[in-house]
Amino acid sequence: MRPITVDPPAFFNRGPSPLARLAFFGILSLALLFADTRYRYLENVRQTVAIALYPLQRALEMPGAAFAYVSGYFGANRRMADENATLRQELVARAPATQGYVREQGENARLRALLDVRTQYAPTAIAVQVLYAGRDPFTQKVFVDKGTSAGVQAGAGVIDENGVVGQVTRVFPYMSEVTLLTDRDQAVPVQVERSGARSVLFGNGTGRSPELRFTSPSADLRVGDRLVTSGLDGTYPPGLAVAQIVDVVRDSGQMFARIFCKPLAGIDHSEFLLVLSQSAALPARPEEPGDVDALKKGGRARGRRG
Amino acid sequence: MRVLPHVGSFGPASPEEILRPARPWFVLLSLLIGLLANLAPVSGVAMTWRPDFLALVLLYWCIQEPRYVGVGTAWVVGLLMDVGDATVFGQHALAYAVLAYGAEYFRRRVLRFPLWQQAVQVAGLLVLCALIVLLVRFVGGAPPPGWRYLVSPLVGALLWPLVSVLLQTPQRPSRSGSRR
Repeated sequence: MRPITVDPPAFFNRGPSPLARLAFFGILSLALLFADTRYRYLENVRQTVAIALYPLQRALEMPGAAFAYVSGYFGANRRMADENATLRQELVARAPATQGYVREQGENARLRALLDVRTQYAPTAIAVQVLYAGRDPFTQKVFVDKGTSAGVQAGAGVIDENGVVGQVTRVFPYMSEVTLLTDRDQAVPVQVERSGARSVLFGNGTGRSPELRFTSPSADLRVGDRLVTSGLDGTYPPGLAVAQIVDVVRDSGQMFARIFCKPLAGIDHSEFLLVLSQSAALPARPEEPGDVDALKKGGRARGRRG
Repeated sequence: MRVLPHVGSFGPASPEEILRPARPWFVLLSLLIGLLANLAPVSGVAMTWRPDFLALVLLYWCIQEPRYVGVGTAWVVGLLMDVGDATVFGQHALAYAVLAYGAEYFRRRVLRFPLWQQAVQVAGLLVLCALIVLLVRFVGGAPPPGWRYLVSPLVGALLWPLVSVLLQTPQRPSRSGSRR
């Protein structure tokens, strides 16, 4: 008797088994995960795919915008809606002025001219509109409608009419990603408006209020104090409103007080934002003495966060 | 003989109804719509409730048409999702590949159940998918997202009957063709 051949006819042949495929693609994903988180090799790939996805994402806003128009402005006429939009854009463009930023800058310029110091800060800003909020529940990000083509740079600060919103963390040709100051990896150097005490405001992740860490229990901080940018990082010009202290927990058993803050800007609902330009030239970081290794390490870790 | 009440109408196909093979363009189109639905801009409370439409569509095709859509397709679509979300590269790709494998493993069994019982099994797969993403983020150092994280896959499972009816409608035999 002739043995039956083991190979199935071509009709039933479906390539490698699902498990083999899963193993292959699983390992590929892990490799990608590793390459992306560890070495950031894949930014170019990301950029390319992002460009391909861009028209789709723009198309998506149309029904959303139409819906918002119909539901939000029901009964109002189109002219009013348009006027409102332009006014809001104007409002955010004037945000620095309302926060005393222009006045201080003028003052600063006069003082600098007196001291014959070259201007370090080029006050050009780009008005942008929020496209959509990041879907990832682990991070706090929004996407805005201008990118490298409009001159947005990674690292630039972002504000709205009430205060600091966050920082541009990734730029694509036609859009950019803004990490909000409530994101866990976001830190803003701030100063208490009332007392002038400096600190750093750390985001605490989704659904938790940002906090001033490493503050001694005896520090002069009260509920209701306004925090403004101190300008020490060179990302945000000094004097922009950031947050307000809503709760101070002083526990004698703890080394630091826990100070919770509420962002003043419309972090999760502002539609129009302003991307500040990077300050032109900061003086080079001075050479550090070799024996303070611990200090240096701390500085680097913070630098990576920004 | 029992007359099928739903033939040709809008409603779930009964197990004895034989569906026509799906057209490849329809599969592609539905995946595209799923991707777009996922990328649609929402904010606030809707973020918690928003189900993963793409995972649902993928799951449907993995169960219904495993010759067109399998682990490989799921992986590629997951990569697109990663870029759209600007999350870690490979996170959704891995989760969707596992989802597709799970679907392939369970598909013969799942199809014998009525839609709401399928939804229970789909809930398991979607939660697994969400947990893989969670695991990947945990390794990356993300804080725990809280119980709300599981709302989205459960909402997805509730939508399963609707999604499967929508996706199987074009494949149902027309009323005139199925008269007996």
